[in-house]
Amino acid sequence: MSDSVGEGMAPDVETFAFSEENRARIRDILARYPEDRRASAVLPLLHLAQEQHGGWLPRAALDHVAELLGMPRINVYEVATFYDMFNTEPVGRVQVRVCTTTPCWLCGSDEVVRACKEVLGVEIGETTPDGRFYLREFECLGACANAPVLWVDEDYYEDLDYERTRAVLEALQRGERPKPGPQSGRKGSMPAGGKTTLLFEEK
Amino acid sequence: MLHDRDRIFTNLYGEQPWSLEAARKRGDWDGTKELIARGREALVQEIKDSGLRGRGGAGFPTGLKWSFMPKQSDGGPVYLVVNADESEPGTCKDREIIRNEPHKLIEGCVLASAAMGCTHCYIYIRGEFVREAQILEAAIAEAYEAGLVGRDACKSGYDIEIRLHRGAGAYICGEETGLLESLEGKKGQPRLKPPFPAAVGLYGRPTTVNNVETIAVVPTILRRGAAWFAGLGRQNNTGTKIFCISGHVNQPCTVEEEMGIPLKTLIEKHAGGVRGGWDNLLAIIPGGSSVPLIPKSVCEAVRMDFDSLREAQSGLGTAGVIVMDKSTDIVRAIARLSKFYMHESCGQCTPCREGTGWLWRMVTRLAEGDADIAEIDLLWDVTKQIEGHTICALGDAAAWPVQGLIRHFRDELERRIVARKSGGDRAAA
Amino acid sequence: MPKLVIDGEEIEVPAGYTVFQACELAGKEIPHFCYHPRLNIAGNCRMCLVEIEKSPKPVASCAMPAADGMVVHTDSPLVHKARKGVLEFLLVNHPLDCPICDQGGECDLQDLTLFYGPDHSRFRENKRAVTDKYLGPLLATHMTRCIHCTRCIRFLTEIAGVPELGGCWRGEHMEITNYIEQALHSELQGNIIDLCPVGALNSKPYQYRARTWELRKTESVDVMDAVGSNIRVDARGNEVMRILPRLHEDVNEEWISDKSRFAYDGLKYRRLDVPMVRRDGRLVEASWREAFRSLADRMAALPGERMAFVVGDLVDAESMVLVRELAERLGCPHLDCRQDGARIEGRVRAEYLFNTTIAGIERADFCLLVGTNPRWEAPLVNARLRKRWRMGGFRVARVGALFDLTYPVEDIGEGPETLRAVAEGKHEICEALERAERPMLVLGAGAVAREDGAAVLALAHRIAERFGLVQEDWNGYNLLHTAAGRVAGLDLGLLPGEGGRDLAGILEGVEAGEIELVWLLGADEIDVSRLTNAFVVYQGHHGDRAAPIADLILPGAAYTEKNATWVNLEGRPQHGRLAVFPPGEAREDWKILRAASEAIGRTVPLDTIFAVRARMAELAPHLARIDTVTPAEWGKFGKRGRLAKAPFASPVEDFYLTNPIARASEVMRQCSREILRPLTEKATGTHG
Repeated sequence: MSDSVGEGMAPDVETFAFSEENRARIRDILARYPEDRRASAVLPLLHLAQEQHGGWLPRAALDHVAELLGMPRINVYEVATFYDMFNTEPVGRVQVRVCTTTPCWLCGSDEVVRACKEVLGVEIGETTPDGRFYLREFECLGACANAPVLWVDEDYYEDLDYERTRAVLEALQRGERPKPGPQSGRKGSMPAGGKTTLLFEEK
Repeated sequence: MLHDRDRIFTNLYGEQPWSLEAARKRGDWDGTKELIARGREALVQEIKDSGLRGRGGAGFPTGLKWSFMPKQSDGGPVYLVVNADESEPGTCKDREIIRNEPHKLIEGCVLASAAMGCTHCYIYIRGEFVREAQILEAAIAEAYEAGLVGRDACKSGYDIEIRLHRGAGAYICGEETGLLESLEGKKGQPRLKPPFPAAVGLYGRPTTVNNVETIAVVPTILRRGAAWFAGLGRQNNTGTKIFCISGHVNQPCTVEEEMGIPLKTLIEKHAGGVRGGWDNLLAIIPGGSSVPLIPKSVCEAVRMDFDSLREAQSGLGTAGVIVMDKSTDIVRAIARLSKFYMHESCGQCTPCREGTGWLWRMVTRLAEGDADIAEIDLLWDVTKQIEGHTICALGDAAAWPVQGLIRHFRDELERRIVARKSGGDRAAA
Repeated sequence: MPKLVIDGEEIEVPAGYTVFQACELAGKEIPHFCYHPRLNIAGNCRMCLVEIEKSPKPVASCAMPAADGMVVHTDSPLVHKARKGVLEFLLVNHPLDCPICDQGGECDLQDLTLFYGPDHSRFRENKRAVTDKYLGPLLATHMTRCIHCTRCIRFLTEIAGVPELGGCWRGEHMEITNYIEQALHSELQGNIIDLCPVGALNSKPYQYRARTWELRKTESVDVMDAVGSNIRVDARGNEVMRILPRLHEDVNEEWISDKSRFAYDGLKYRRLDVPMVRRDGRLVEASWREAFRSLADRMAALPGERMAFVVGDLVDAESMVLVRELAERLGCPHLDCRQDGARIEGRVRAEYLFNTTIAGIERADFCLLVGTNPRWEAPLVNARLRKRWRMGGFRVARVGALFDLTYPVEDIGEGPETLRAVAEGKHEICEALERAERPMLVLGAGAVAREDGAAVLALAHRIAERFGLVQEDWNGYNLLHTAAGRVAGLDLGLLPGEGGRDLAGILEGVEAGEIELVWLLGADEIDVSRLTNAFVVYQGHHGDRAAPIADLILPGAAYTEKNATWVNLEGRPQHGRLAVFPPGEAREDWKILRAASEAIGRTVPLDTIFAVRARMAELAPHLARIDTVTPAEWGKFGKRGRLAKAPFASPVEDFYLTNPIARASEVMRQCSREILRPLTEKATGTHG
């Protein structure tokens, strides 16, 4: 694990406890699974813990989740390191993830990556010096008809190119939340030139 | 060509709200109680008769899969698990269903559960779909509120609980037993089969895992009848299908079309044609990244259904159509897929863990021509050593795109090697 | 019973067999890495692929149930191609460091590569390097060599019940780790070294010390507890280089505890390797002749009732025969093999045996633990209890101190009061005891080594009678010894004779000046400060607790240095064998006693080990039946009496330091510091 945590990032901690609000959410989460199958709640709880702790999971959080669910700690460590969405090392609070898998790459994800690096001033896998943005590459995000795609925290930004990516990131830097979805202005994954189906015209 | 009146997903683009009220106007939840009342056998038979094949990639007949579930209850829970872990590169259909037509999925869950005697249904949605999960969660809450789900669902006397479960970023959880492991709170490492989930599934109980699209079309099939669905498409490849067209087309989109539509028609009619015109086409991956690519010559006439594409040494897979025009560095395009499979290999079994990385490294060198001609055969060998030797199908999925590349673009691979050896221009096209 | 055709031969196999097992039964060797008969099936290495007709792909035989009508090929071109491919994959990222790898010469990967491997590498890429992990003082890791078979993870999770290893990260980055870079907390962890099919997990103390083909291998028996685990002592020259388990299904299966495996460095340190006599208050080296003269001076004229013998925990049966014979000739009635002061009478053999037998645990359906921590007193008995629990339908209740035994235990009380309530049928657990078909009770050595030990024994006897613990073909009453030599001592009657004193009486006698000479045969677990009034003869192999206060030291042989009989807690006699010679002037103990008897003028006429064993067979005929458990006849034992309030306590406070050899072991002391201390801190709630 990293020796030091960068400025602005959530610090490593000796102990971890869920907030009051999250404890209430955990009760709801646990109710979804059979009582003797609490381990099923490990992904939702790790999501919660990571959200609460500024985007990454210190060991204390993993141990706490293990205890809550009655799981051996090692099994929580395994889960936390297996799934891509969990960070087990300190990272920036806003997670900027570029899809670079083939469908996005064919549509210009290289340009999206270039824009990210330029605007944020970091390489893939790095966090900005102020600890705000963490830039990483991600595998297929499942929005291929709207490629290329950038995924920032909860939202997808779609139909990107170099300029559009810059605009999104610069807005984020200003503390704004630009409107997610296709930046081309089209509706969902409808053909850009207008839909070819669901016209309900008399034939 | 499919008529709009035969389209199931009438709000595919989210032009109308996803809400229960809007869904009802689109015909969802209409007479669900009466459908349930037909009884398990009749429901399964109807789905069998419709010819519906799983929409998640493998194309296994859905009715047959349902019939594997125990006929008699032993009093314990029986599960339907909906695979909404859509992660296959080139595929983005389930996302549209979830965010625009969630009630088709939820109603499908109720009817499929009734058909199989399931007591609980989990929908496993990929973690990246945060907004989609929020919509689905809200839609499930609406359905509960309206008495459509839960105890005495739709006043049918049937009890069914539906829960949403979010993944956390692992393609392998789209493999049905990997998904079950993940849902049980473990790493998503696929299980050994046998036993199959219908016997020993979630929490060791009988379980059926179905794709989102498979479940979401069930209500409409049951309402309009097996004959209607079976009358669309071609024999053994019936019904409608959502196609996702990405890559080098003028208007990438998702669209519901009839099974068996010619690939060329699909692209020209709905996706605005290949960028630079049909003649600028290089190759297409017709069914998501796991199926071998087909060169333009094959694309000319091939139909988009399971059997036609298999005959073309490819597959319908998830019907994610990735189009590549002549500007594409085809080797790098496949190398990027190899990287994907290496990254997503769960690491459990030897051929996949060790082989996917080897493939990626070799294809990456081949993209630069940094190899010997003999290594093309070695690469082929390695794909063959992975294929069929792994616990789950990810190994095959990693092998096939590379096989497709070698099968159809061997001369390109050789050209790059020769060019590099002769110290000529950079090999990449 | 499914019938299959394997390579053209029809074979019928038991239901539930896998194709792999069927092939083995048919005499076909199936190469494998991840499969292990005692572990859950992982099916991940893919080395055991076979061809099954009608199956489109080769099938992992370890995971495929054998079914009627299957036609299996284990030797077809398809199979060979598949195996070759898998092996190549395993090798592409495996380092070529066999010449410096401890596993070299006993490596599954090396062996199978010889058969199925390619003659050259087709892999042109860079090989993967994996950071080594810190897992404590016992395990050395070379994780680049790991082939991810997960046997180590499965062993710790399933058999040891200490799930601390896992596979973190994924794909080609998957690493076996405990994630936290701290010592593992299992007392059975050394077994994963044996399980590891490659050189990823090695013994840290043995690391780079020897090559397997240089070692002389001696089959022997362990003495670190009373289980009698079967071991192999590997030596080079006159040094024990390592200790490994040997298979014994009824005793240790194929596992041993970490103390049995790793305490051997204690054989090198603090050894008594020359006779010593006390002159002017100081112990000085002497010759055997001088030592015996000193002994004769003291003993020849001393009346038998003014001397005493105390026999320690690691003493072999042959030496005890000699002690018995010598004491008899000396007219000495004061002898005791119960160093811990156990109130065992020894008249009824069933009183002090683990009558159920270790393997018999698997037939039990209920177990009441009384004043025992089997995990530390007999790790392999505990492992068997855990195995039984994993089979299902097994309930364990406990009277005594809380401790994590790796399986669920219902705690019903702490002391004799609870036991009495059970014996009187007044405890709610009685219902379960009554319902059980084959109930068992395990009485800890600590529970009988107390003031009220005889009363505790009587209660246990009552429970055994009341709840049908003793039936035809089933004896559920068990005493769990911790000392390797105890059962032999009791069998051979090394107990106070007519008018004789027990250990407590001997100590009192010394203090009262009534006993002038005490011969300690490897007895270090007693309060030696109470012996100052007497002339103390210490015969043993380690300068541990007693040697410093002794007046005469007779250097003996440790268990690896003699041919000797050991009787385990079940009453199973087994032969240990000389693997190395005792150091310096040290000698096998029975021979020392034989020579001493002559020096004092009370010659015991047993001149060869065969003569000793013949005498042993006269004294206790069942001890001649090597590796056989002779069932003991049930009878009455224990004595009704006042019960103390004090809760039961285990005699083992520090698992790693229970005897002179272990206490001399640097490795064991390190384990105590790194593994045990955090555990006890956790148990007392000072952590987390």
